[in-house]
Amino acid sequence: MSSLPFGQVWVYLAASPLLHLFATLIAFVIASRINRWAGGTPLLHPVILSIAMLIAFLLLTHTDYPTYFAGAQFLHFLLGPATVALAIPLFDQRERVRRLLWPVIAGTLAGVATAVVSAVGISLVMGADHATVLSLAPKSVTSPIAMGIAEKIGGIPSLTAGLVLLTGVIGCIIGPWVLRLTRITDPAIRGFSMGLAAHGFGTAYCFSTYGAIAGAFSGLAMGLSGLVTAFVLPPLVQLFGL
Amino acid sequence: MSLIIGMSILLGCQFLGEVLSLALSLPIPGPVIGMLILLVGLIIRGSVPPSLRSMGEGLLKYLTLLFVPAGVGLIEHVGLIQREFWVLLVTLVLSAAVTLWVTSQVMQRLAHRGGKAQEEDA
Repeated sequence: MSSLPFGQVWVYLAASPLLHLFATLIAFVIASRINRWAGGTPLLHPVILSIAMLIAFLLLTHTDYPTYFAGAQFLHFLLGPATVALAIPLFDQRERVRRLLWPVIAGTLAGVATAVVSAVGISLVMGADHATVLSLAPKSVTSPIAMGIAEKIGGIPSLTAGLVLLTGVIGCIIGPWVLRLTRITDPAIRGFSMGLAAHGFGTAYCFSTYGAIAGAFSGLAMGLSGLVTAFVLPPLVQLFGL
Repeated sequence: MSLIIGMSILLGCQFLGEVLSLALSLPIPGPVIGMLILLVGLIIRGSVPPSLRSMGEGLLKYLTLLFVPAGVGLIEHVGLIQREFWVLLVTLVLSAAVTLWVTSQVMQRLAHRGGKAQEEDA
């Protein structure tokens, strides 16, 4: 009775998509536990913890990103239907949205303009690389849209995806603080601002902390800012010759 | 069975969105167009089918997990991040704070005015 040596089992496992899909789920479960032990602080956001653990795992096992992604793509794929599903909370809140139509339109335009101008302006002043500036421009938009925009304007899509996540986490850390400081209490406005500045992370935060109304408005902001940025940013970049 | 129907509705809308995005070469990604298609469909129908609600809300509950695979992609940019760490950090923090502040202030002002106008109408 000869069993396979561990090395061979490992080679087999590492080549199949199962391992990295499993690793991603386990990392997220562990990260969520740690986050709960830490009292749910956004500083130890489950997503950031999972990413850190998985990067460490890939470095330790000398696995490259394409190999990892071959397994993890099954989760990544679900971002598409999840984006479509945002129509459900939006539909639930349609009356409220209709009542706040003008604030919503004005908030979207002002928010998108601020997000893009501040990201490009600050990074240019601080002397960032050309490609970095262009990768930062769409960072407030949800990642499937942001990656598409980055590709169109000459940024690095995979870098943008990471910056989008960091923006989301940073938004969850400083957002509630900004809202408290400026005494914004309306759940619709809280949710909308969080969704505009921190896309899906803001939306998830709003659903769990501020309730369903804030969550729905946050999802609305995420969709609208994605739409507006996708239309406006590519021609703007051409216009300013960035 | 209901989850399958729910998932089929979501994927169907996404598919339509992708086709429209490609056919008209729109700058907007397919899933976002799919979201608009589903929203219009729900408004026409007037209610959310239970199968769609359970599938959709299940997905949204774990939305953050779905970002992890793309985030691990940062591993390919370790050099760039080390080089421009402070630029990135300062830009992300300041930009998020300013964006939140401007958005909430604009909405607060307008919502207040709208609220008062409605009270005067009544």
